[in-house]
Amino acid sequence: MDWIIDYFIQNRDFIFLLIMMIFLGIEVISHVPAILHTPLMSGANAIHGVVIIGSILIMGYSDSDDYLSLGLGFLAVVLGTLNVVGGFVVTNRMLEMFKKKRSK
Amino acid sequence: MWNTFIVEGGYLIGAVTFVLGLKMLSHPETARRGNLLAAFGMALAIAVTLFFYRRDGQPVGNLPWILLAMAIGTVIGWWMAVKVKMTAMPQMVSFFNGMGGACAALISLVEYKAHPQHELGFLLSIFLGLVIGSVSFSGSMVAYLKLEGKVGNAHHPVLRVLNVLVLIGILALIVVGALGLEPFGEGNLPWVLFVIALLYGVMFVMPIGGADMPVVISLLNSFTGVAAAMGGFLYDNMIMLTGGILVGSAGTILTILMTRAMNRSLLNVLVGAFGGAGAAAAVKDGDKTIKEISIPDAAIMLAYSQRVAIIPGYGLAVAQAQHACHDLEKALEEKGVEVYYAIHPVAGRMPGHMNVLLAEADVPYDKLLEAEQANELLPQTDVAIVVGANDVVNPLAETDPTSPIAGMPVIRAWEAKRVIVIKRSLRPGYAKIDNPLFYMDNTYMLFNDAKKALSELVLEVKQA
Repeated sequence: MDWIIDYFIQNRDFIFLLIMMIFLGIEVISHVPAILHTPLMSGANAIHGVVIIGSILIMGYSDSDDYLSLGLGFLAVVLGTLNVVGGFVVTNRMLEMFKKKRSK
Repeated sequence: MWNTFIVEGGYLIGAVTFVLGLKMLSHPETARRGNLLAAFGMALAIAVTLFFYRRDGQPVGNLPWILLAMAIGTVIGWWMAVKVKMTAMPQMVSFFNGMGGACAALISLVEYKAHPQHELGFLLSIFLGLVIGSVSFSGSMVAYLKLEGKVGNAHHPVLRVLNVLVLIGILALIVVGALGLEPFGEGNLPWVLFVIALLYGVMFVMPIGGADMPVVISLLNSFTGVAAAMGGFLYDNMIMLTGGILVGSAGTILTILMTRAMNRSLLNVLVGAFGGAGAAAAVKDGDKTIKEISIPDAAIMLAYSQRVAIIPGYGLAVAQAQHACHDLEKALEEKGVEVYYAIHPVAGRMPGHMNVLLAEADVPYDKLLEAEQANELLPQTDVAIVVGANDVVNPLAETDPTSPIAGMPVIRAWEAKRVIVIKRSLRPGYAKIDNPLFYMDNTYMLFNDAKKALSELVLEVKQA
């Protein structure tokens, strides 16, 4: 039991942030018209591409002779960039259609 | 000091753009700006990481290699996103989601090796990030292949039991790993979990029907968000944490909203009611007769109507028939026929799929009616043209409580005076159930490719 209490106290900021972000996510998304479900999913998809920062840090702090870490890190950066760039561009393409529609 | 301030300040701005971006994405008016805002925040977060981040006073090394990797990713990602057809958007989202999942999994693999200090919280986030990222990756790839039509469904009761067992196994291994035990020899546990999680992702998505893929993609999307947040915990990185959790929770809510639009529960989708027992027996063979109609006859029927409803489905998207559809609408309006579109919330492969497609063909927004409005208008409609839709106009959803789609709101095409169904064959839709609409007295079948049939109808209507 002690370790749970310790863990909670040590990571208090993190736990607060976690819970509040969960509520914020729910709050932000509720009341979305069905037409926007797909672009919204696609936009959220691009946002979790933020994981690329982790892969940059891997490469950035790997020893230059640690080829396994560098290789995996390189792959991770490529994949993360795909997620970010592809995600935002696809979302933008979907939403362009809506713009055209409104201007009519 | 300054560096930390710039990095953390950049992250704060980035996190705010993510929240605002998502909020703006949920309104048609601001959606596009919201996406661009979030993209700006992302670019800022990446830039401050590359150039100002310091760990123990050291800047980010191997910069040329990182920039090369980013250049490769940018070129491929941009190219794929620009080249993809509007109809293939859903699988593209799934593909990019899988990339993010794989990225999270790789981070965990490397970090486990790189850090000797193994305390509980650290290990837990490593293993959770690894497993969730891997499942998201392989699951998204299967969803991608399914939507591309390259992989079918694998339905087997044994698979369901096996899935539960594998999931329990994975959870057990995560606990073992988080406690710092190494049952597979020094440093091998992450690789074992990696492989099992990849397999589980495949097994998890395989039995789920193609029609439910949007829900699965949305769920996997929120998984990747959680995996990214795990990485944030690992690095004590605020933007990965906030961005990841935000997508994790927003994605979960979005998934639930999608299942609600289909009047089903998430569990129902995941356990897979579609294709279950009893579905095939919904309509008995033998006593069903269909009436075919020729294109000229159909054109005359349409041209002399007062009001026509067009009910599009996935077949319209596959045949790229949205422009032909718009042409038919214009030709009919020139003849003084009132035309509207009845859009089912989950017609096509994604909620909103039809709206996006028809918008591409410049169909005016006010002609697109949602299912409820359309159902009110259908009894006063002379002809309803069903273009490549099936499950969303299936009366069994209302009449047969044992049907897999029972309770799903449908467009009551059969209430129109006459129904023309344009379809390539009598093959059932994604729910794999027969559709009694096709055998009704007022239904006429037009077996043809949607685009070809519509284009020919346009010519005939103009002459009628």
